Amino acid sequence: MTDQPYTASEMMITAAARALAGVRTVFVGVGLPNIACNLARRTVAPDLELIYEAGVFGARPTRLPLSIGDPALVTGSLCTMSMADLFGCYLQGGRIEVGFLGGAQVDRFGNLNTTAIASYTRPKVRLPGSGGACEIAIHARRLFYIMRLSKRAFVGRLDFRTSPGFLDGGDERRRLGMPGGGPQLVVTDKALFDFSGPDNEMRLVSLHPGIKVDEVTSEIGWPLCKASQMGETPAPTAGELECIRRELDPAGMYRN
Amino acid sequence: MSTKLLSMRDAVARYVGDGVSIAIEGFTAFICFAAGHEIIRQRRRDLTLIRMTPDVIYDQMIAAGVARRLVFSYLGNPGVGPLNCIRRAVEQGIPSPLEIEEYSHFGMVGRYIAGAARLPFYPLRSYIGSEMPGVNPRIKFVRSPYGDEEVAVVPPLNPDVAFIHAQRADTDGNTQVWGLLGVQKEVAFAAGKVIVVVEELVDESVIRADPNRTLIPGLIVDAVVHEPFGAHPSYVQGYYDRDNAFYLEWDEISRNQAATESWLEKWVYGVADRAEYTRKLGQETVGRLKPVASFSAPVSYGSHQ
Repeated sequence: MTDQPYTASEMMITAAARALAGVRTVFVGVGLPNIACNLARRTVAPDLELIYEAGVFGARPTRLPLSIGDPALVTGSLCTMSMADLFGCYLQGGRIEVGFLGGAQVDRFGNLNTTAIASYTRPKVRLPGSGGACEIAIHARRLFYIMRLSKRAFVGRLDFRTSPGFLDGGDERRRLGMPGGGPQLVVTDKALFDFSGPDNEMRLVSLHPGIKVDEVTSEIGWPLCKASQMGETPAPTAGELECIRRELDPAGMYRN
Repeated sequence: MSTKLLSMRDAVARYVGDGVSIAIEGFTAFICFAAGHEIIRQRRRDLTLIRMTPDVIYDQMIAAGVARRLVFSYLGNPGVGPLNCIRRAVEQGIPSPLEIEEYSHFGMVGRYIAGAARLPFYPLRSYIGSEMPGVNPRIKFVRSPYGDEEVAVVPPLNPDVAFIHAQRADTDGNTQVWGLLGVQKEVAFAAGKVIVVVEELVDESVIRADPNRTLIPGLIVDAVVHEPFGAHPSYVQGYYDRDNAFYLEWDEISRNQAATESWLEKWVYGVADRAEYTRKLGQETVGRLKPVASFSAPVSYGSHQ
């Protein structure tokens, strides 16, 4: 993609932003999801309210938040609250339409590992852990993942299941009484996936411009399900790129 | 009534003994680094450190060897990357092995709520389909007494000591906070001893003029420490911004135990207190972090004769 007039991150940001069309409430993470949500609010989802796990509803950050609890998220927001209210009334209360998650590992049913590589008791790499991810995964009506494609991340078997996707597939989520609908979209640097494969398995639905199918399948640790009608992800428009570069991330912190 | 006003040195000496459990909370904001540094300086040992997000403060304390056990829900240098010192302790036992007890965010919030309200457990819809209960047997599931469904439960959390950083308090410890409220109220009510650390000491009349902003009543406060800039490099809404440059710098320093120790030597052991730390930081840094004022409209509570 080196000859494209946009970066892989910009492609991921715009693809995620467009998927938020018409959405009212989104649980935002820092980094790419944050830029995607702010782009969506300026384009396809003008009524979008941004919710941050630090305890902010309706944030209007005037600068790129440097952390999940940036003071710029508080100033000008609609409501700042305790984390008990955030997790109890907003998230568990079913008020969150879309939650953004990612992880070190994801499997074919969208389960996520953010806890440890190798074993829990003797980790080769100790990862951050759940934070709010387990609750977001259970309660958000829809989950969007943003992750870079790699065989280390898209694995046949997780080293640890921190947050549930579709578990072992089929209707297991519903049987266990999870209120949220589970993962619906995976945005990567090469392609988009949904979970409309058999038993809610991850399915390749759209290739980014210039990407071939085998560049995707070679980075996936299981036999990948593919849509019968493969789409091409529309490239970022000049307007979207200008918004990202001038307004949302002028320093280019998340450019690459 | 004897005064609750103490220096940080005296507050730590009086309330933080070896082997106690402490919570220095504050979600990204209001993280009382001044308390953490004083605990390092007084060379406490075998502490149980409790915090949803251990952050750079516990990374520093664990590198300094004060802790035996860590209770948490998210191990990260927020917006930057991993907590390298805690990783070294967990993965390699450097400088000493660290026991961990791990929850999700809502699990930790619920533990504080149960601790504050003296409940035997807190029910929440979480942990379904997660392997966390498998590695932490204190996370359990119970059947609802009002139906057939199962809910997860977590046990109460009652730290021996909590440090709460805030904008302002009176000398009795009536404490006002605005910005990210985090779990500050819950951890204060849950803790055995509560030490409030504030940017400004104000008269009781200032508190009484705006009671909705009071998060913690003096009733439950044991000590009040006046420690301006005490939350740096984290931030205090309206007073100073997060020093993101430092958070990035820490990512480099903390990759190496020797570099970490020389940082501690210079910025913790090598200064007497927070005032000296702030002078050492210098006016340029302090000035750079000062936000432009942005006031809310005043509200009237009414006056009733």
